[in-house]
Amino acid sequence: MTTTPLWEVFIRPRNGLSHKHVGSIHAADEVLALQAARDVYTRRGEGTSIWVVRSADIVASDPDQAAENFEPTADKIYRHPTFYDIPEDVGHM
Amino acid sequence: MAVYQAILELADDHLVLGHRISEWCGHAPMLEEDLAMPNMALDLIGSARTLYDHAGKLEGKGQSEDDLAYLRGEREYRNCLLVERPNEDFAHTMLRSLYFAAFMRPFWLKTLEMGTDETVRGVAGKAEKEMAYHIRHAGEWVIRLGDGTEESAARMRDAVAALHIYTDELFESSPAAAEAEAGGVLPVRAEMRAAWDEVIGQVFAEALLEVPEVPYPQTGGRHGLHGEGLGHMLAEMQSVYRAHPGATW
Repeated sequence: MTTTPLWEVFIRPRNGLSHKHVGSIHAADEVLALQAARDVYTRRGEGTSIWVVRSADIVASDPDQAAENFEPTADKIYRHPTFYDIPEDVGHM
Repeated sequence: MAVYQAILELADDHLVLGHRISEWCGHAPMLEEDLAMPNMALDLIGSARTLYDHAGKLEGKGQSEDDLAYLRGEREYRNCLLVERPNEDFAHTMLRSLYFAAFMRPFWLKTLEMGTDETVRGVAGKAEKEMAYHIRHAGEWVIRLGDGTEESAARMRDAVAALHIYTDELFESSPAAAEAEAGGVLPVRAEMRAAWDEVIGQVFAEALLEVPEVPYPQTGGRHGLHGEGLGHMLAEMQSVYRAHPGATW
């Protein structure tokens, strides 16, 4: 089974929510991948829609570049909405 | 009484096939199938439970679903022979499920259309979707094995040779079933032939398999005449309940 490709599985829990990564499965092709995803990850009513993507097709950021990628945002707290005072009249946002 | 017997036959089909498939649990060729097969087994056992419970009430002698499942011997089981056939390999197992689901899907759809028994209609509504998935899952595997490697194609052909002889029995109605059909509780089994032929024909064409001629179909399950394997299966399935009657967990 070493040649069976790996697939990443994304499930949409409810209409209106986005698909969320839930794990991975092995399957020979896209049809079997969807079936395997259904059988492995939706056994308790978790989903209304499934996406599968070949793991090999996912382009990932390099962990070695984590510092230059993500640390520069650490001191830019004004980008968070909580940085600003919200007028009382607005109420809960 | 005939309706009770007819519902019991249906329940036996589902329990026996469900138990057979559950024997793969922990032994499947890959983790994904190790979850997929118990899923299918649980679909079947779920239908069996409701049908046994209903049969017990129709009979009116106070037999529970457990009594019917665990306290009847091999000769009292009325399942068709197809569902009790041993798992053998993955090709046999998938083909057996395809044959059964391709029959049950139109059977349940027809039940929803004309059935007069509310409990049976309830089972039909749920099981019709489950059988659609079983056809898809088993069918995709039959196609991939049939049109796969030399080894997988040979195993698939062996499975067809071994199991096709048991499929004619699916379309036969026992005297009890015929009465339930006349009473409008269940659809006429023989009428499922066209829908079954269509599904099997499509899958086999893609799987590069030939639908064999069967000069001597194997039947007898509805009369309690079973293969050697069923007794062993029931012995294992019933051992806990018989050793500890009335136990709950």
